[in-house]
Amino acid sequence: MPERTPNISLEDTNTPLEAGAMVGGMASFAQLLFRLGTSTKTNEKLEALSGYFAHANEKDKVWVIALFSGRRPRRAVSGTQLAVWCTELIGLPMWLFQECYHTVGDLSETIALLIPEKSASTHSTEGAHTIGQPLHYYVEKFQQLEKAPEAEKKLFILQSWLELSSRDRFVFNKLLSGTFRVGVSQKLMVNALARTVQLEPNTIAHRISGNWDPASTTFTELLSEQLTQTDHSKPYPFYLAYALEDALPELGEPADWQAEWKWDGIRGQIIKRNDQLFVWSRGEDLITEKFPEFSILQNKLPNGTVIDGEILPYHDGQVLNFNVLQTRIGRKNITKKHLQEAPVGLFAYDLLELNGEDIRHLALRERRAALEELVLSLQLPFIQLSPVVSFTDWDELTTIREQSRNINSEGLMLKRRSSAYQVGRRRGDWWKWKIDPLTIDAVMVYAQKGAGRRSNLYTDYTFAVKDGDKLVPFTKAYSGLTDKEFAQVDAFVKRNSLEKFGPVRTVKPELVFEIAFEGIAASNRHKSGVALRFPRISRWRTDKTPEDINTLDDLKKMLQLYGK
Amino acid sequence: MPLISFTDKGLYCEAGQFYIDPWQPVDKAVITHAHSDHARAGSQAYLCHHDTLPLLQLRLGPNHYQPVAWNEKITMNEVTVSLHPAGHIIGSSQVRVEYKGEVWVVSGDYKTEADGISGIFEPIPCHTFISESTFGLPIYNWKPQDELFQEIQNWIRNNQVAGKTSVLIGYSLGKAQRLLKALGEVTGTIYAHGAIWNVHETLLQAGWKLPAIQRVTPEIPKESYRGHVVLAPPSADGSLWMRRFPSASTGICSGWMQVRGHQRRRNADAGFALSDHADWNGLLQSVKATGAQKVYITHGFQSAFSRYLIEIGISAAEVKTEFGEEEEGAPADPLKGDEEGNSPPPPPAGGEDEFAPL
Ligand SMILES: [Zn+2]
Ligand SMILES: [Zn+2]
Repeated sequence: MPERTPNISLEDTNTPLEAGAMVGGMASFAQLLFRLGTSTKTNEKLEALSGYFAHANEKDKVWVIALFSGRRPRRAVSGTQLAVWCTELIGLPMWLFQECYHTVGDLSETIALLIPEKSASTHSTEGAHTIGQPLHYYVEKFQQLEKAPEAEKKLFILQSWLELSSRDRFVFNKLLSGTFRVGVSQKLMVNALARTVQLEPNTIAHRISGNWDPASTTFTELLSEQLTQTDHSKPYPFYLAYALEDALPELGEPADWQAEWKWDGIRGQIIKRNDQLFVWSRGEDLITEKFPEFSILQNKLPNGTVIDGEILPYHDGQVLNFNVLQTRIGRKNITKKHLQEAPVGLFAYDLLELNGEDIRHLALRERRAALEELVLSLQLPFIQLSPVVSFTDWDELTTIREQSRNINSEGLMLKRRSSAYQVGRRRGDWWKWKIDPLTIDAVMVYAQKGAGRRSNLYTDYTFAVKDGDKLVPFTKAYSGLTDKEFAQVDAFVKRNSLEKFGPVRTVKPELVFEIAFEGIAASNRHKSGVALRFPRISRWRTDKTPEDINTLDDLKKMLQLYGK
Repeated sequence: MPLISFTDKGLYCEAGQFYIDPWQPVDKAVITHAHSDHARAGSQAYLCHHDTLPLLQLRLGPNHYQPVAWNEKITMNEVTVSLHPAGHIIGSSQVRVEYKGEVWVVSGDYKTEADGISGIFEPIPCHTFISESTFGLPIYNWKPQDELFQEIQNWIRNNQVAGKTSVLIGYSLGKAQRLLKALGEVTGTIYAHGAIWNVHETLLQAGWKLPAIQRVTPEIPKESYRGHVVLAPPSADGSLWMRRFPSASTGICSGWMQVRGHQRRRNADAGFALSDHADWNGLLQSVKATGAQKVYITHGFQSAFSRYLIEIGISAAEVKTEFGEEEEGAPADPLKGDEEGNSPPPPPAGGEDEFAPL
């Protein structure tokens, strides 16, 4: 399964690569994005970014750091508003705008293409645009306009559309509509920054984490030690593992390794500093409020403590199905009922800060010893040590891994006992060793056109298993097919649809797919009585007919085995 | 009986007993241009422009051909037929048909910008105009040719600096000839795929003065391509043939490259929205300039374009034709939208729904 990174499709090389073409403003930011979008090599991306950091204005740099570390500006206007204003501006009927949108598949780009270019003379021969305000001007204006009357927003947006070039307008729209994504990792951005500011990447990664406001923080402040010290909430960058690539014996002596279960909850850091408690998720969201159970830690933990762990649905010494936690994730207000029905616990993995001191450089065995001492002293049933799985040889560990699903674990983690707590995703010292997904063969029964970019193709399918001579739909699954396969299935749907219900078509049950999923739980919201976790199409079984698919009984058996 | 009717063999003029760009064998075919979806084999006799003749001979072999000049009036059973420049590719023509004072014009494929080799499109006053609509949506408005050539040249220069081979994908008839002069300004040797080389030789023999190109052959050491430009047709894109070029950077020249998603789907390193078809404004202006009372819209975005024409007060209707099939003889791949294709490539996967249609 290829991991799909959200990408702000920015392929275009119609501009020269010389740094001299960087003229500042929105244009140079747009140019950076296009270069990142076109280069396939990490080194080229690194060069593009460090070139940008070397020349861009200070305030823009802060915003680029913010944007590339997931701090997107909030949506200032709705897509519908933008569409309406665009059609008004250029005098096109809305149906024609929609035709265009369906062909382009992206609202920001549709508008960027529809607004006429100012004139050819605004493109200098270098292909760089000398017009347009700097990036920070636009993003900060969005923030200021958030509560402004609609007429004021509209005026600003229409003016900006007319003064920007098509490419800059596209980026402007992406930022404006809250749909800005960038297919570059934070790590790469940090490495590029390190080339220009004489700081270690790890130091930068730490300094740019946590709570800061791009509009009021200067570039120098952001990267100085001072801010880190005054911001007590600041988490450390998470250390993430790659999937195990080699055979176990390649890892060397089993005794050098600590094995733990791999849990699938919310990876987080619990921070107690300056008498305050902060809970951060791996996505760098402050989620303290969502877990009132942990508030007791404000008194119990000593100041200057940072624990890395997994927040899991947990009750009476048992990790529950992740589905349980889903009922309270995303809720604005957590009620007593949620706390009772979806109790959580923290499985502590690691200790990053002790008595106000960063101990990430210590060996895992030392950090683990300190962690054990701390957690045991707390004597709180919902704060547990992530249990260490003891094993003497790799064969034994392989057998143990088979048990993972029985305890709602995803597999094993292997950590070198001598390893420091590193920054970001690294190879070598930590590995995840997940169990294979569950799979089931099913037949496609409904198809729906995809959203946005896929709006011309049938790409969203519903699948069914057999129950006697009936077919019971049990899951949707999206990704996992190649573009070519999507086109083939799309053609099949168009030829073989039986009925139409709004956007949904019922399809002749003929195509068989293997659906992979990570977990299964009982559900009364689904006709089949089961809900799958992370269902996706793993392959198209062109070798199978609907006769060969799995049955509802097969699903129920899986539920009994793994659905606790 | 209308002067030109839409039959299952193609556009038919009964009064004159001839077809225009028929897709099935007929007795008499008037051909707008030499692209394979407009010039098909099997007919008894062909009428075309002088410049189209050698290209038709290359494509269809020996046959009964009657070449004519632009504006030359030919009479067929009291119907007067003349060809007029369409600006699409070398020799491309619109067909004017007049009978008892009634004038119809069939556009064939056309573009309104003068490209330097394809003749200059001129709107022909008529009562009824049959227009293509390959790029009949307002998102398709082209940058001027000079600007696009500069972008292509910049791209090549950057590839040269990076020690890469620039592989440009464009149709062997049309795009390839149009690009040559601009390419010659930035590269020592222009290498070309055999399909392009064939067309090139034919045109040279017909007396065209074109910059020299070198055919890609197995004997040429791979390293000689580095830093130079290779021209290839869309059918070669992604084929084994392409693998011989060291550190290739691929650029596609096609109107579909206007939309990023289509560019990404083609998996190219660069895309240039250089088209041999009229853009939205070009189509609109041409339709208006003919002064036609009735407009028929063929291959492309015919339903959107004709609906829009009706809304602005022009009597229009869409017509289904079999133009716009893949040329170059490559197997049709639903994911490879091509310049001459009658539907755009599907939008790319990924992304999110940010705009629920109203
Ligand atoms: Zn053509
Ligand atoms: Zn055509």
